[in-house]
Amino acid sequence: MEKQISNFIRALRSADVRVSTGEALDAARTVAMIGYDDRLLMKDSLACVLAKSESEKLIHDRLFELYFSAAPAGSAAPDASAGNDDGASDEDPKDAAERLSQLTQPGNEQALATAIERAAEAAGLNDIRFSTQVAYFAQSMIRAMGGEQLQARLLEALQGRTPDADAVAQRLIDVRRALTMAARERAERAFQIFGAAETEKFRDEVAATKRLSAIEASDMARMKQLVMKVAKRLAVKHSRRRKRTQRGLLDVRRTMRANAGVDGVPFNVIWRQKKKDRPKILVICDVSGSVALYVRFLLLLLYSMKEAIPDLNAFAFSYRLKAVDDILETMEFDAAIKKILREIGLGSTSYGQAFSDFKMEHEHKIDRRTTIIILGDGRSNYGDPRIDLFRDFASRAKRVIWLNPEGRSLWGTGDSVIPRYEPFCAQMGHVATLKDLEKAIDEVLTAYS
Amino acid sequence: MAIVTKTGYEPMTSIAAITAGLDTVGYISISQISTAVFLAHGLRKPILIEGPAGVGKTDLAASLSKWLNLPLIRLQCYEGLDEGKALYEWKYGKQLLYTQILKEKLNELLGGAETLKDSLSKLSGFEDLFFSPQFLEARPLLHAMQQDRGSVLLIDEIDKSDEAFEAFLLEVLSDYQVTVPEIGTIKANVPPLVILTSNNVRELGDALKRRCLHLHIGFPDHEREQRIVRARVDGISDTLLNQLVSFVQSVREIDIKKRPSIAETVDWARTLLLLHASILDEAFVRDTLNVLLKHESDIAAVSPAIGKMVREATGPDARGRLASGYPDMG
Repeated sequence: MEKQISNFIRALRSADVRVSTGEALDAARTVAMIGYDDRLLMKDSLACVLAKSESEKLIHDRLFELYFSAAPAGSAAPDASAGNDDGASDEDPKDAAERLSQLTQPGNEQALATAIERAAEAAGLNDIRFSTQVAYFAQSMIRAMGGEQLQARLLEALQGRTPDADAVAQRLIDVRRALTMAARERAERAFQIFGAAETEKFRDEVAATKRLSAIEASDMARMKQLVMKVAKRLAVKHSRRRKRTQRGLLDVRRTMRANAGVDGVPFNVIWRQKKKDRPKILVICDVSGSVALYVRFLLLLLYSMKEAIPDLNAFAFSYRLKAVDDILETMEFDAAIKKILREIGLGSTSYGQAFSDFKMEHEHKIDRRTTIIILGDGRSNYGDPRIDLFRDFASRAKRVIWLNPEGRSLWGTGDSVIPRYEPFCAQMGHVATLKDLEKAIDEVLTAYS
Repeated sequence: MAIVTKTGYEPMTSIAAITAGLDTVGYISISQISTAVFLAHGLRKPILIEGPAGVGKTDLAASLSKWLNLPLIRLQCYEGLDEGKALYEWKYGKQLLYTQILKEKLNELLGGAETLKDSLSKLSGFEDLFFSPQFLEARPLLHAMQQDRGSVLLIDEIDKSDEAFEAFLLEVLSDYQVTVPEIGTIKANVPPLVILTSNNVRELGDALKRRCLHLHIGFPDHEREQRIVRARVDGISDTLLNQLVSFVQSVREIDIKKRPSIAETVDWARTLLLLHASILDEAFVRDTLNVLLKHESDIAAVSPAIGKMVREATGPDARGRLASGYPDMG
């Protein structure tokens, strides 16, 4: 049973549930305490010990069903019929074929299940990682059960050319098919337990490093989930406490107040604390043409981490600039983005016009704790880029970060005025993938700690 | 002969015993909850309970203490909570007062000493009088360690405390001991049964989570909610109970800001009972909806559907459910 539990924990770990050694020991103690007769009780107990959040509990429950359905009660004490296959390779082909065909007879399900379990162990089935390995592992399992002898016997029967031998051959073919099916089924389940999560992780990894403009519609759901994950990760990292003790500077007022009860004798010394600024972010997005594809992800990411950024204002422009917080906060996200692109995304891009709109209506929103994030390619159709306004914003804000979906080699070519804005930005980076985006936002928030 | 002190945890012999025991003090448990309590006792680990507000997280601790007849020691967490308020503090005032009172006695005792060095060595001949347990003010955590029969220690809303405090809890929760530099380590003879609750205001640290058993209490199903309301509200008729629980259950399916939890259901049941409602009726619901929903926008969201929901809650389907739940009702 201990082996069962440790394998189960391995399956959990591969599905991104972090289980420490201490918890693994607890799991073993738990099972020793409650026994494993009551399956539901065991599920509840293990969930309680191993899963540390609601989402982990869901993963746990799913894996528990898969994993412990794979272990029939008999597997702990294999019966005699399956007990002699240790020397399977030396076994006479005739005996092996006979034994295997016995297993596939109706009524012998328990023995077959036991034999399959043993074969699974012999083939190292728990190492399965990808769905393409299912066939390979099924083959290994059949070999472990004595498949080669079965094959030899089958060939022998086929060469017999008598009606009797034909009947035997047909029977053996059926046996082989039944065994293959059972083994495949078992391997499939093992993949669900140990490998599926791994494959998902691999796909996520690929999606996170793919150019955002090349994401296909079919991958949108995955991307959305990934963005949520990134948002959560960043939010956890940056919603840490906002105070920091600064030892060395005495807070006289608070010290006196704290010690008023003891005649002002400073038993309890209180040091000054430096408050961290709460992040305040203004994001200005170019929603014209090719940049529009990136806007969706940036806004989704920022709006998914509202808890870490309580102060968030979004603006969109192509020719004229408009605040879009209302739309994003009241409507469902996809619909909101559609509406923004439809209403604002038309017209020829003019950074100059957008900045002067911003100055007229929203300049007061910039203060010394504001980070301005600009997402755009800086292609302004040869209009006045209004560098003067931009410099002004930059001097009033804490930092200006420019995220550019265009590769560095294209900056400054054609109508791109990026190089003229660059001196005023604390950072100007090429953002093409979700990973880049995560890094950029991480840096923005780190500046507040 | 050594006296074997009985701990107060003895009634927790099995999961069924815990469910039954909690039932006697009016807490309707489910298997997950009882299992968690049983394991917490067996593995000597704290339980971390998460879930929406008002589903009985805090109440579990209170009910356990009531059932086991053990003191409930509660530590409410808030931002800025520190060791002095959670663990122990020296009684500065008393220390000062005693030094004043004992001044003359000290003079007398030290009178014989000629030099400063002499009096100092004489003074250190006495024990650390003023840093002894009698000047120690036990705060909840230390207090819980000192109970002879054990206790139920409730650390409420741990997510509201600072991270530094969380780290400091680790020693207390894994070894059930407290270190006071001047005295030494104080270890609990009988470790308390620790229950932490969290409303997920912030994500808790991994280290703390690892030391705890995790229990999520969600909204109850129809049957359990009925049993809870019945246990809490005296004299409610079966018809009304069934109808109002059906109604609350369907309100929870609507996408609103704050879904009503058991606490609200109980309040609402009491309200309806005060108004002498015998069945659920649309006008009653409209008038008392503010007991169930706490946001103006939520009330606005639910209002249009009230008529339909009341009809469903009082309709033949609901009655069918009642009949199957309580066969003797016909």
